[in-house]
Amino acid sequence: MSGDSILTVEGVEAGYVKDLPILRGINLAVRRNALTAIIGPNGAGKSTLIKAIAGLVPVSAGTVTLDGTQITGIRADRMADLGMAYVPQTDNIFKTLTIRQNLALVLRLSRRREARLEELFALFPPLKDKQADPAASLSGGQRQMLAVAMALAREPSLILMDEPSAGLAPKAAAEVLDLAHRLTREGVSILLVEQNVKQALRVSDHCYILAEGRNQVDGPAADILADPIVGEIYLGRRRMNDA
Amino acid sequence: MIGVISYLAFFGTVAAILAIAVLGLNLQWGNTGLFNGGVAAFFGAGAYGAMMLGGPADPQQLGGFALPYPIAFAGGIGLAALVAWAVGLLTLRLRHDYLAIATFGVAVALEAVARNAEWLTGGAKGMRGFPRPFEGLFADQFTYNLAFLGFVVIILIAVYAGLERLVRSPYGRVLRAIREDEVAARALGKNATRLRLEAFVLGSAIIGVAGVLYVSFYAFISPQDMAPILTFQIWAMLIVGGAGNNRGAVLGAFLIWGAWTSSGFLLSKFAPTAVQIYTGPIQYIMIGSVIVGMLLWRPQGLLPERIERTKTGNEAPGENASQG
Amino acid sequence: MIQNLMDGILTGSIISLGAIGLTMVMHMLRFANFAYAELLAIGAYAALVFDRLFAALVPLTDQTFGGLSLTWSLTLATLAAMAVTGASAVLIDWAIFKRIREKADALSMVFASFGVALIIRNVITLIFGLKAELYSNDIAFAMVLSRDPLLLIKPDQIFVLAAALVLMAIFHLVLSRTTFGFALRAVAENPALAQVAGVPLARMVIVVWLIGGAFSAAAGVFYALTNHLSPLIGHNFLLPVFAATIVGGIGSVYGALLGGFIVGTASGLALQIMPSGYIPAMPFLIILAVLLVRPHGLFGEPQT
Ligand SMILES: Nc1ncnc2c1ncn2[C@@H]1O[C@H](COP(=O)(O)OP(=O)(O)OP(=O)(O)O)[C@@H](O)[C@H]1O
Ligand SMILES: [Mg+2]
Repeated sequence: MSGDSILTVEGVEAGYVKDLPILRGINLAVRRNALTAIIGPNGAGKSTLIKAIAGLVPVSAGTVTLDGTQITGIRADRMADLGMAYVPQTDNIFKTLTIRQNLALVLRLSRRREARLEELFALFPPLKDKQADPAASLSGGQRQMLAVAMALAREPSLILMDEPSAGLAPKAAAEVLDLAHRLTREGVSILLVEQNVKQALRVSDHCYILAEGRNQVDGPAADILADPIVGEIYLGRRRMNDA
Repeated sequence: MIGVISYLAFFGTVAAILAIAVLGLNLQWGNTGLFNGGVAAFFGAGAYGAMMLGGPADPQQLGGFALPYPIAFAGGIGLAALVAWAVGLLTLRLRHDYLAIATFGVAVALEAVARNAEWLTGGAKGMRGFPRPFEGLFADQFTYNLAFLGFVVIILIAVYAGLERLVRSPYGRVLRAIREDEVAARALGKNATRLRLEAFVLGSAIIGVAGVLYVSFYAFISPQDMAPILTFQIWAMLIVGGAGNNRGAVLGAFLIWGAWTSSGFLLSKFAPTAVQIYTGPIQYIMIGSVIVGMLLWRPQGLLPERIERTKTGNEAPGENASQG
Repeated sequence: MIQNLMDGILTGSIISLGAIGLTMVMHMLRFANFAYAELLAIGAYAALVFDRLFAALVPLTDQTFGGLSLTWSLTLATLAAMAVTGASAVLIDWAIFKRIREKADALSMVFASFGVALIIRNVITLIFGLKAELYSNDIAFAMVLSRDPLLLIKPDQIFVLAAALVLMAIFHLVLSRTTFGFALRAVAENPALAQVAGVPLARMVIVVWLIGGAFSAAAGVFYALTNHLSPLIGHNFLLPVFAATIVGGIGSVYGALLGGFIVGTASGLALQIMPSGYIPAMPFLIILAVLLVRPHGLFGEPQT
């Protein structure tokens, strides 16, 4: 695939149970310094795809390449060393640790730990104020903020985000997505899964539609937004078996 | 000759009683995926229940109503089912291993009651004198024992046949669906928790039947008879025979009971006295090794379940990251 | 009453130590480990062996100090036993549980742990015999704290309580101050997310077994020091440590600590109203009460 992609996924098949693939041949490319969105109905396998890339779900076929290096089936804990980070859809912070401890955990004993903590707090002032509180005390939007801060902590070149706006009030949701958009302008590439099609397309550069374990359609976000079929699918009038 | 037949009848009676308990456990674990860590408790509940209702009166105890055998029989089963119902109600909707812990706890608690509540259970010395059913009909002990074997075997066959029908019915298929995949079971529109409770209570009641037969046979029950080792023995029988397979359950019961009694016999006959006092521990290690060894090398048992069994619900760390 | 309370707190500290590792293992590996309490027995007996060994090798180490039946050799033996028990826990996991976890479901692990417990308990019986043993045959004299009501306490008991509290305090400092401690808590709370945060899970499983084994060994020695050694230690502590983890909430280390004290004192106080023969059932009643009122325990997360 083209040299300007940071991550390429080719023919990936994966699932939770042996011989029961959820992903049945996924091909996609995440462009460098851009926001690539994945949309699709519930249960399409979006989260599974992200987990397969991150090494949390075993990949039974196909390859995942990060920056020219094969990372198919990496151990999830090696992700950060490879310059990748993942914000899970739910349960994405440690509620019993304080905010500071959550971040310190990700940073480990890195020599720049204190300096980096301050940088992150500068980026997310609300977290700084509550840094000594258990993360369980954060609001929904602040939790998402902490989860993103944890992902950013080790300065990854690629972040995988699974529905960061889910469950947030419209304003907070828009803020998280804007943040993702802004990050891509600061040299981070993002693969974003979203339920909220309109919002996702508003902030993304390129978009894939995933259904039934395969990617069905893709194109620049603007084109997808204009595509009448997409609207129909999300109104549920048409199944997209053979799109 | 009579001695050998007599012994075989004795062996067969006990093995058949245990086989009934294994069948009850198989319904729970083999077919529905429920872990019963306190088999001995339900066995004991059946035995003590029957004894209290059907046993002779004793001025020092509450029980001993000398009720007719069928009532004592039903009472024993009822007590086992009641205990199962209470424990199941509390635990079946929770994390699956809570049931294991709670049932283990029931066994400890009931054993404590059996040991200490002298006014109810006779305490450590137990209760004796259960009127053995139909004893008056037979001239001598030998024929009676053969007849009793026949009685137990008939009940074993009845339980076996009933369970086979149940497993093959749509109901049995739903139970297996629950075992295999909670999500799918719920999608069927069935109330999975209620079905699991039913299977658990029914399985425990069957274990209770075994307890009733046990006390009918020995005419005596004490806390020793519901010691934790019984749970382990019954488990070993099921895993050796093959969880999910009723024929396997019966086969396992006879095999393990045979191995148990013959190892006990050999140790008492040929081992030096110094070793003989450790007969118990040696046999326990044997049972433990059978359980672990089977799980490691032949988890499907000697007679595997005939219906295809897929591996699900494996919640190895890393697979439960974030539920989509 | 006060005597029972004191004894209950002491037992509670032992249960707490035993429950620390169990709660972490149960949450990480997602199975109720019925072999866990046997680590207490392994620890107690390992300390017995090392104690005799050290005392024989270096004669003067068998001097007791300050009214305790504790000796230098037993102190060293306890540390050695903690290491050996931790290693045994890792070894058992590697030889049995890991293999089963790779190919079967969580309930098969529960099942296997039953078998493992039976094997360990009876191997100990074979080696050391059924009769109760003591580290020291010297009679430990109790101090009279008060005559009316009569309150007795042995120096050993004070020592055990203090030592248990010190171990807990050290562990608390590690958990609350070090990145390693954060990683442990992270793994206990959400193993998969911990991996995402860069914590190597397979290595942490080993570390948790080591820690759990070490604390259990300490618990076993402390019990044996204030009571006696018996192959049934594991069997007798199984339900209490399960109760402590369930009271505290599975996965919560602090919950397990608190849970241990709750179970211990409740069992102690229960002596006021029931004969001692029923005490083994007390943890079960506590489990039932928790399941009825608050199934996920004091600090646990509701689980599916
Ligand atoms: N831990 C799991 N074990 C087994 N099957 C799972 C697991 N998680 C998800 N699945 C199944 O995989 C399929 C895809 O799920 P996935 O979470 O990837 O969907 P999704 O596209 O992210 O949906 P949503 O929009 O609801 O988040 C679903 O059928 C789901 O039931
Ligand atoms: Mg999802």
